[in-house]
Amino acid sequence: MTVTHETPELDSVPDGAERVKRRGDDSAVLRLSEAECAEIGNDPSTPADDERVLLNMGPSHPSTHGVLRLMLEMEGETVLRSKPVVGYLHTGMEKQAEQLTYLQGCTNVTRMDYSSPLFSELAFSLATEKLIGIEVPERATWIRMLMCELNRMSSHLLFMATNGMDLGAVSMMIYGWREREEVLRFFEKVTGLRMNHNYIRPGGVAADLPDGWQADVERLLEIIPPRLEEYDILMTGQPIWRERLQGVGAMNADEALALSATGPILRSTGYAWDLRRDEPYLAYPEVDFDVIVGSYGDCYDRYAIRLNEIRESMRIVEQILDKMPGGDYRVQDKKVTPPPRVRIDQSMEALIHHFKIFTEGFKVPEGETYASVESPRGELGVYIVSDGTSTPYRMHVRGPSFINVQTMPHLMQNGLIADGVAIISSVDPIMGEVDR
Amino acid sequence: MSDEIAAEAAEDVADAAAEDAPPAPELRYGAIVTDSCGDTVLHASVDDYLDTVAAAHADGFDQLIDLTAVDYLTYAGRRTVPDGVEAGRFEVVTALINHQRRERIRIRVQLGADDPTIATVFDLYPGSEYLEREVYDMFGIVFTDHPDMTRVLMPEDWVGHPLRKDYAVGSIPVQFKAASNQR
Repeated sequence: MTVTHETPELDSVPDGAERVKRRGDDSAVLRLSEAECAEIGNDPSTPADDERVLLNMGPSHPSTHGVLRLMLEMEGETVLRSKPVVGYLHTGMEKQAEQLTYLQGCTNVTRMDYSSPLFSELAFSLATEKLIGIEVPERATWIRMLMCELNRMSSHLLFMATNGMDLGAVSMMIYGWREREEVLRFFEKVTGLRMNHNYIRPGGVAADLPDGWQADVERLLEIIPPRLEEYDILMTGQPIWRERLQGVGAMNADEALALSATGPILRSTGYAWDLRRDEPYLAYPEVDFDVIVGSYGDCYDRYAIRLNEIRESMRIVEQILDKMPGGDYRVQDKKVTPPPRVRIDQSMEALIHHFKIFTEGFKVPEGETYASVESPRGELGVYIVSDGTSTPYRMHVRGPSFINVQTMPHLMQNGLIADGVAIISSVDPIMGEVDR
Repeated sequence: MSDEIAAEAAEDVADAAAEDAPPAPELRYGAIVTDSCGDTVLHASVDDYLDTVAAAHADGFDQLIDLTAVDYLTYAGRRTVPDGVEAGRFEVVTALINHQRRERIRIRVQLGADDPTIATVFDLYPGSEYLEREVYDMFGIVFTDHPDMTRVLMPEDWVGHPLRKDYAVGSIPVQFKAASNQR
């Protein structure tokens, strides 16, 4: 890229919240239906201003992270208004959840954000446990925390890979994937699967950590830091990399808050909000870590936040290694926990109990609740309404990717289309979660 | 959720048990307050919804976290609606957060079965744009004055609103041309 950018003066942006509230032609969002856009696009005489072109990007485009489609209103190479068109991966998971028991529910939600599946399982389990009113044993909590922090690392490593690839650092894609694979190898050892683990379940986790897990985690903590330093050499300090990201897609905290953005996008504006610290769940108050914030809210800050969050996660994992308590990995509450395998051979009641739990599921008291966790992309929340049966009456997932996609038109407005690719990448949407 | 609120709610429950007569419902931003598994829930009417959200916004609830809906068509004898609130078929659930006080509230609004319509909160929280579109898409609840009331996840020409309880969970039979009839 030979185009140079100047960091926009943040003060010159009109009051952030007001800017994102615009409805008319000066809005960043192209509020036209697909049919209207197609019609205008086909009719050469329509645009009064013949400099303006409606351009379609995606849904199949290498930089759109799956199946994101953008309708762009362009003037030359400048993006005026845009509209993300989503839904190409919609599989009706919320409807599906109404058919599945609470035990099966985790297999469903884990497929939403496929690069950080353990977080969806965690949010679903926390909401279910909140409704039943059970507390999971200490070891289960710490195992959950260990797995989630490792998952945050693997998810951010994937971001490093795709962000590098989107911006032309193609070798970075291989490096990011390589490191992520190391983490996934550990996941495979613990849960049996590289993705879609169904490991965190209401009442605890599916299985205890395997023998020798400490050695595996220590190995991870040994090999990843030097590779992050390689990333620094390859990208962080690189003039081309900086040129390409600094000042691109900037946003201030007011705008991010108004657009309901969470996670690295909100933190990149200098707004320190991390659920792990501010509304602690699991055992986060017992570990030391820093909340990483940016200052300009641009693509570079979002990149740097994620890179440093990998380091913070490793700090947390190190402490978990020292502090991992003993005990049970799931709650011994007959209501939600199947009997151990050996008991099934000995006792008829245990066999019936086992059969009942897996066929009918367990009943959850009437009520409605919301539980949220800090996923790598922001606040991941699960809202469950229970009618007292063994399937949720309604389950809604607040997918951070879905809501963060809204920020794209505002980040892209008046920027170049080449920067649009950097912006899509830095918002880091996972389309499985956007469309659910 | 802060412990104070949970404690307050627990006190309310204790008070209610002590006195036979039900106490006057606690009000906040003009809506009845209840507690659900430790979460603060406000029950606003459709007409007062925007006022309640505006009052919360003015009181420092600086971000809209979530907005969704529930179709209570097949849930008979629902007990999560307090006295003084008329249960409707649909319910719009809006979750707000106050970062300074680290406090969350959830506003539940009951809507009737026919032409469910509610005001948009877009002007207060522009982040509601997609969430309201999703609710329209999935439940057919119309948000008046929304800048772009179109479907977001389903195709534009889709008929029906999938998350309604009277929308069947169906499957489309797939025909495999090459498959033989003998198995």
